[in-house]
Amino acid sequence: MQQVASAPPAHPPTHVEEPSTGLNNRKVLMWAFLGSDCMFFGALIVSYLVYRGRWQGHPVPTDVFDIPYTSVSAFALLMSSLAMVLALAAIQRGDIRRLKIWLLTTAGLGLVFIGGQIFEFTTFGHEGLTLGGNTGGTTFFVLTGFHGAHVSLGIAWLLSLFVQAVRGQMAQARSLDVEIAGLYWHFVDIVWIIIFTVVYLIPI
Amino acid sequence: MATATARAAPRAGILARPVAPMGIWSWLTTIDHKRIGILYELTAFIFFLIGGLEALLMRSQLVQPDNTLLGPGQYNALFTMHGTTMIFLVVMPLSAAFFNYIVPLQIGARDVAFPRLNAFSYWVFLSGGVLMNLGFLIGAVPDMGWFAYSPLTSSQFSPSVGVDFWVVGLQVLGVASLAAAFNFLVTIIQMRAPGLSFMRMPLFTWTTFVTSILIVLAFPVIAVALIELMFDRLFGSTFFNVTPAAAGAAAAGGDPILWQHLFWVFAHPEVYILILPAMGIVSEVVPVFSRKPLFGYPFMVYAVVSIAFLSFTVWAHHMFTTGLSAIAMSFFAASTMLIAVPTGIKIFNWISTLYGGSIALKAPAMFALGFIAMFTIGGLSGVMHASPPVDTQQQDTYFVVAHLHYVLFGGSIFALFAGIYYWWPKITGRLLGDGLGQLQFWLMFIGFNLTFGPMHFLGVDGMPRRVYTYSPGMGWELWNVVATIGAFVIGVSVLVFIFNAFKSLRTGERAGDDPWDGMTLEWTIPSPPPHYNFVEIPTVAGRNPLWLQKHPELAGRHVPGADPIATDTGHSGSEGSGAESHDGHHAVHVPDPSYWPLFAGAGIFVAGFGVLLSAGGNLSLLAVTGVGLFIVIVSIFGWSLEPVNEPVQA
Amino acid sequence: MTRAGSLRPRLITLSCAILFAISAGGCTQLANPSAPQSTVFPGSDWGRMIQDLYGLIFWMAVVVFVGVEGFLLYTVIRFRRRREGEAVSQTHGNTLLEVAWTVVPSIVLLMIAVPTISTIFIGDMPPPVTTNPVRVTVIGHQWWWEFRYPDLGVVTANELHLPAGRTATIEVTSADVIHSFWVPKMGGKVDAIPTRINTMWFTPDAAAVGEHFGQCAEFCGLQHANMRMRLFVDTAANFDAWVQQQRAPASAAAAGDAQQGAELFQRSACITCHTIKGTNAQGTIGPDLTHVGSRTTIAAGMIDNTPENLAHWIRDPQGVKVGNKMVLPQVSESDARLFAAYLQSLR
Ligand code: HEA
Ligand code: HEA
Ligand code: HEC
Ligand code: CUA
Ligand SMILES: [Cu+2]
Repeated sequence: MQQVASAPPAHPPTHVEEPSTGLNNRKVLMWAFLGSDCMFFGALIVSYLVYRGRWQGHPVPTDVFDIPYTSVSAFALLMSSLAMVLALAAIQRGDIRRLKIWLLTTAGLGLVFIGGQIFEFTTFGHEGLTLGGNTGGTTFFVLTGFHGAHVSLGIAWLLSLFVQAVRGQMAQARSLDVEIAGLYWHFVDIVWIIIFTVVYLIPI
Repeated sequence: MATATARAAPRAGILARPVAPMGIWSWLTTIDHKRIGILYELTAFIFFLIGGLEALLMRSQLVQPDNTLLGPGQYNALFTMHGTTMIFLVVMPLSAAFFNYIVPLQIGARDVAFPRLNAFSYWVFLSGGVLMNLGFLIGAVPDMGWFAYSPLTSSQFSPSVGVDFWVVGLQVLGVASLAAAFNFLVTIIQMRAPGLSFMRMPLFTWTTFVTSILIVLAFPVIAVALIELMFDRLFGSTFFNVTPAAAGAAAAGGDPILWQHLFWVFAHPEVYILILPAMGIVSEVVPVFSRKPLFGYPFMVYAVVSIAFLSFTVWAHHMFTTGLSAIAMSFFAASTMLIAVPTGIKIFNWISTLYGGSIALKAPAMFALGFIAMFTIGGLSGVMHASPPVDTQQQDTYFVVAHLHYVLFGGSIFALFAGIYYWWPKITGRLLGDGLGQLQFWLMFIGFNLTFGPMHFLGVDGMPRRVYTYSPGMGWELWNVVATIGAFVIGVSVLVFIFNAFKSLRTGERAGDDPWDGMTLEWTIPSPPPHYNFVEIPTVAGRNPLWLQKHPELAGRHVPGADPIATDTGHSGSEGSGAESHDGHHAVHVPDPSYWPLFAGAGIFVAGFGVLLSAGGNLSLLAVTGVGLFIVIVSIFGWSLEPVNEPVQA
Repeated sequence: MTRAGSLRPRLITLSCAILFAISAGGCTQLANPSAPQSTVFPGSDWGRMIQDLYGLIFWMAVVVFVGVEGFLLYTVIRFRRRREGEAVSQTHGNTLLEVAWTVVPSIVLLMIAVPTISTIFIGDMPPPVTTNPVRVTVIGHQWWWEFRYPDLGVVTANELHLPAGRTATIEVTSADVIHSFWVPKMGGKVDAIPTRINTMWFTPDAAAVGEHFGQCAEFCGLQHANMRMRLFVDTAANFDAWVQQQRAPASAAAAGDAQQGAELFQRSACITCHTIKGTNAQGTIGPDLTHVGSRTTIAAGMIDNTPENLAHWIRDPQGVKVGNKMVLPQVSESDARLFAAYLQSLR
């Protein structure tokens, strides 16, 4: 080993060296986070399933469900994923105008979903399904509530991207930021498909 | 280490960039993985003293039957806090300390993938540890045992806010562990030096990697369980409550067994989160001190991976007395026994590494050998538990207490001390005294066996765990006395270590770059390593690159022409002169310090504190939680607006 | 640099420690037979099945233990460093060996797993001896035990009586938090879980006639340590006599302190929590006291059932057992003596 302590390094100093896999660090982080979040929702869904059909007293979730209504908001969320794909495609093309449109559409559809959920929660509450009433109410509200919180976080994220786009801070080079937000958004969407199926659709 | 001399006035970001190179602020704002590692190490060690003190108090109470030194409430609080502290505030963060300090060095990186997230993890960990222990101040200490079985934790049976301290503290610690695990996962996947393929990674890096995966997958489950418990306690939901909220109301319908499943789905992987890093350390120490590469490296890797996988399939072995079906019991018995196979592979490979080697019985090696010997005992008592009918006699007796200390103390703690003795010279630039190290080892080894060996007999003689007192005439007197004496011997051994550490820092022998004739990249750079670790990132052409480079004659498989470490790695040449010779190296960029991780951590503390305030019944105090979360959000904004590096204006 | 001189004593100490551990391990099998809660001196069929399995696993473990620790010790002594810079041949592994130490432990484990699983299923099936079983419902309370014999109409607390040679079917549940029913001599423990009923069975041996200790084995709050119980295995005749006695309503106190105590009892807070069959006392919060005088201990096996202890308990239950659920206004010393006399007379 030679003595090089006094010689500066040969190539230009960069902090982030070439990643070993060629993937972006933040993207790998998001994937790891989503893996973790799978377990989070898994545990919540299991908590729901454990009590499913063993609920005591009334009303229980299946008494108050309005499946057509919820299907509409689920559809809105599903469509938002499509808009998200278009937003990503736009920035990858460098089309910031379309990026803004589709980001706003995605967030808007997300808001439709959240609005629907707020309305649903209030209605259910009026019909007597409460957090503390029975295990049905408990597991239903906590599961869907935490999903709603995830969606809300996603909306905030999308809107912050939108604001940056409006302020002219988004460019093709930042498509990764949109891609990562998109990963999160699609994940939250898929989780809803599972929740919707398990909680609302499959009969007891 | 004057690293920030030529820093211009900060430009972007909300706050001015911290610039102090030394002093308290430099530690508060550091995002250097090495300093964070030291912070973890120190904090965890202090918690070790606290947890050990709690244990000594318990042992003093149990020294004789019908003792009245402690009351039942105090004793119950002590074992709860002792177990929780040792697991979450000692062994996990001590492992994290080495993840932080050593892994980037072993993979040839300048830092972790997300340095500020790393600092954030530490501050959140500290917040969680403080929140957990805050109950001592107001006399409401958690007292329901470290697995907190419902419905004992419900507000009906535990109205005191003690349980809330535990719930909030653990939840916050979970955030810290997750943040750290994400970071190490990405670091190891992404930041390996060129040529350092997965199958060339040092085993400690491997176990860090696998442990991180376990954390990522297991902690969300306890997060959910804690959220559910918190909702039950604060908002009257009925996840685990069986009894009606008010007399005459319908039964709540909750099932307390749900808690047990959620808890152990988390907590069994958790015990492997505690042991895998320890196994990684032993896998580093054993080869170096026998001057042989690790025997059966690929099998060691497969074993780690299969242990991790199996650890998710065995959780119900903690529930053999809860009335599982015969099928379920058989399944969990079989899967539990299966774990002994990959673990055995590791034991046999370590011994085979030693076999035919030239074993230097220095302190790190002694602790590693102690690990192998003691962990085997703990593993074998584990296999005894794995048989459900047998376990119904052992569950909740001191036999289990013996098992868990043989694996956790004889395993994790011994290995962590091996790691401390092994890497101390790299971290401080000075050696720990070997004579004192030997003394500490033998005191600890003997004290440990005196304390926990007799607990096997106590268990077989039917002494239940978690009892603050027992009657005379149960045949438990003798072994309790022996165990208590042993515990104080361990205490003395810890004092010897503390003395050794202080002595080393003041007058210890200079270590030089490579005091042990090491094999891996961390020994190619000065001790302590310069701020930027590697002047130039090395290129690795094999397992144990440094070993191959130093002893090409020993490594039969050395390919001529391919240098094991291609580029120069910043070896100073002046043995023992430490970092000073590297002063003035600003050309290599490392991330700058930042206030935001500290602020975000403080925000989490405030948020957790708000939950505790409202646990008294006044839910409007949840506003404090809101304030805390607001601080977190502001910090994250500040954080993302702040560039990783300030531009240098020379 | 190893100081060769000091190496040997170290190794000797190490070997001694290991030897100690081995012999200590051996003692586990030869555990203290006089410990009343010992888990390895079974007094029932089910207990013996567990014990057989434990013996098998234990000796397997001893073999593995001696093998592994011996190999380790031998290796460390044989290959300790004798001088610096020794040349060491760099072996990297051996696939055949790896296969060997995958397969051999698997075989050992299989030898444990098969009898384990068959024992699990035996325990899960109806008991092998079913003629004239005794059915008991065990209900855990913070911090005492309620025993009900639904077929015999007997309700008692903290002291369980079973006939030798007849299979006992135990149904375990809880009134509040999780407890665990455990009389080590008879076999393993079963958790008492609210809303659930867990069952187990065992047949006490004829040789097990006598008193056995048991204890709550799941942490259940403040006084978990003092949630103890006794099992009396009786001969058939004694058991029948005991049942007859327990079924009878409370013996009416004829005169004296006991009779005064009875009147006092009916006027006191006691009746809100305790049942004494055939009287106004029908509370269910505390143990059934109908035949409390026939028990050998009170307060869940904590203290002997003597007049002094009883009086002390009634005057200061919180002093005897901090935090227990018997909370009542201060009782005067003389009243306490009367209560004690009355309760002692309830045989
Ligand atoms: C570091 C932590 C750690 C580790 C590594 C382990 C490892 C194991 N544990 Fe342990 N365990 C705990 C920590 C740990 N445990 C804790 C904290 C508790 C108590 C929780 C509480 O209640 O508070 C507990 C409790 C516990 C129970 C529940 C007991 C009860 O409450 O009734 C069981 C039951 O099966 C069990 C089994 C095992 C097994 C089979 C292993 C195996 O992984 C061990 C494998 C190792 C070996 C077997 C030795 C080496 C192998 C060979 C030399 C090969 C040859 C061997 C054979 C052929 C047998 N453990
Ligand atoms: C890594 C984990 C770990 C470690 C290292 C230890 C270490 C020790 N443990 Fe612990 N223990 C657990 C994990 C651990 N334990 C867990 C998980 C439980 C179950 C909890 C539950 O049931 O919920 C448990 C339970 C437990 C019990 C059973 C309690 C009960 O069931 O009633 C006992 C009893 O003896 C005990 C004793 C000890 C002792 C004597 C030590 C000693 O080895 C400690 C030695 C350390 C020291 C002595 C520190 C040195 C301190 C000084 C020298 C004092 C100076 C300090 C100052 C001036 C500040 N432990
Ligand atoms: C608030 C309810 C309550 C009241 C009032 C009450 N007890 Fe109790 N009693 C209990 C409970 C609960 C226990 C079980 C305590 C334990 O062992 O943890 C108990 C236990 C006892 C025992 C021991 C029984 C045994 O077998 O272990 C006796 C005797 C007793 N009570 C007598 C009395 C007398 C006499 C009075 C009135 C002066 C009285 N109790 C009032 C709740 C009550
Ligand atoms: Cu009841 Cu412990
Ligand atoms: Cu386990």
